[in-house]
Amino acid sequence: MRDRNDQNRSGPGFNRRDFLKGSAAAATATAMATQGSEEAAAANLKTNVFAAAAQNVTLNVNGKDHTVKVEPRVTLLHVLRNNLNLTGCKEVDERSADGADTVMIDGKTVLAGSRLAIECEGKKIRTVESLRRGEKVDEVVAGFVKHDAMQCGFCTPGFVVATRAFLDKNPKASLADIQKGLGGNICRCGTYQGITACALEISKGGK
Amino acid sequence: MRPFEYARPQNESEALDLLNDHDANTAVLAGGTDLIALLQEDLQAPQRVVDIKQVESMQGIAADGDGVVIGALTTLEEISESPMLADYRSLGDVVDGVRAIQIQQMGTLGGDLCHLPNCWFYRNGYGLLALENGESLVAAGDNRYHAILGNQGPAKFVSAARFAPALIAWGADVRVIGPDAGSSEWLPLEHFFVTPKVESQGVSVLKPGQLISHVRLPATTGRVSSTYEVLQMEGLDWPLATAAATIDLDGGVVREASIVMGHVAPMPWVAHEAAQSLIGQPVDEVSAGRAGEIAVAQATPLRDNAYKVQLAKTAVKRAVLSAADMLEGAL
Repeated sequence: MRDRNDQNRSGPGFNRRDFLKGSAAAATATAMATQGSEEAAAANLKTNVFAAAAQNVTLNVNGKDHTVKVEPRVTLLHVLRNNLNLTGCKEVDERSADGADTVMIDGKTVLAGSRLAIECEGKKIRTVESLRRGEKVDEVVAGFVKHDAMQCGFCTPGFVVATRAFLDKNPKASLADIQKGLGGNICRCGTYQGITACALEISKGGK
Repeated sequence: MRPFEYARPQNESEALDLLNDHDANTAVLAGGTDLIALLQEDLQAPQRVVDIKQVESMQGIAADGDGVVIGALTTLEEISESPMLADYRSLGDVVDGVRAIQIQQMGTLGGDLCHLPNCWFYRNGYGLLALENGESLVAAGDNRYHAILGNQGPAKFVSAARFAPALIAWGADVRVIGPDAGSSEWLPLEHFFVTPKVESQGVSVLKPGQLISHVRLPATTGRVSSTYEVLQMEGLDWPLATAAATIDLDGGVVREASIVMGHVAPMPWVAHEAAQSLIGQPVDEVSAGRAGEIAVAQATPLRDNAYKVQLAKTAVKRAVLSAADMLEGAL
């Protein structure tokens, strides 16, 4: 994304906005005029309209509510990674054509890079991090390990979430079903053999 | 992505009201599989994004007399799983071709019909017509995925609406609402699409501040249908050429037929003469093959896409055979 580095970060660690606030006091006077008119505009907004400026958005992720301050244009992918430090889902391609940013929202798979964070208020978001509880891992995660279904591993979290969601929906999937359903995830290393073997084992070969 | 306001209307009139502020420099957000990419690439820069996902009247599938009305927010998954649409098989065929659980669960019918072209000139900021000093960059450039029909004007991209061939072959209507709250119009889906002569015409009749709310299918009345998509790879990708056929078979002989091709022209391409050639014939490899020949007889391929003529021809043949359950074993 062209402006990915301009986005608001309210998470722990380095905060670009705070840095700018501290070091650019001189610019504040000039900025105030603009800000004043922005606030006036915001006051006139209709109900159900959120201003373009950063605002509090509460997201339920893996069973916990998090409130972050982000602009409406910020995607769920960026909030998960930059604000909530859930770096399982990956940004590979801005058009989300690779599936590495797959999460589950209310039980359905969603490409987090193609969804605005503000759209997800009031929904239950699950990321790949939810597939592990202490030492206990989901059977899909264990299956990926067993079938050596990864090389560089970058696509793996998205593939794991998509596989989990796909098998939830198609517990008796055949090889053809799996190939069709998981076509939205791309692995440049070409580990598809191991991934389909893992899915097929869990679906017991579709029988 | 540039900053924008975000709005979340609860009903159609609220949606229209919100879409028509800012001189209608606004965008409709449903599944987001196209719009978010357009915003990220700076191909669209609306002042407000109107998220219509909570508009209840635009969800779901309902009986309408003998036919069926599908809300524009209905997802691909819902279309493929609905018992009410089981007899409209060509629609399920389209969902089958979208080989990604993510897109099947996020993507909506209305979003598909409004999907902007995947033409790489357009996606790289050269505009729908990709003209430079009046010359077509597409005609001179890499046009392997571009139009083979209807491409003699400035528009050479292919329509990305994947459900359109199947829906038009069924004679579907589309309900367009806005720009004023309360104004709505049903029109044949065939008349919804536009081949632009100038950039500002866009790819459909939708004006700023308007949107699709519903699609209506007539009763099947025993007709059979299929969509055949030629896909390049196993994974998620745009088809190279598609065809949908809806056929009224009477004792093995075609009484009526409709054939519409996709991804071959700037709009869904209705092949009247090809469909006409089937009437009075039994469906077999000969009649289906002839329909394919006729469907592409007027094709004017560009430098790099003559191969698509063969693909479109075969797509028509296979859609016709498949509608009559005769594809198995045929070539």
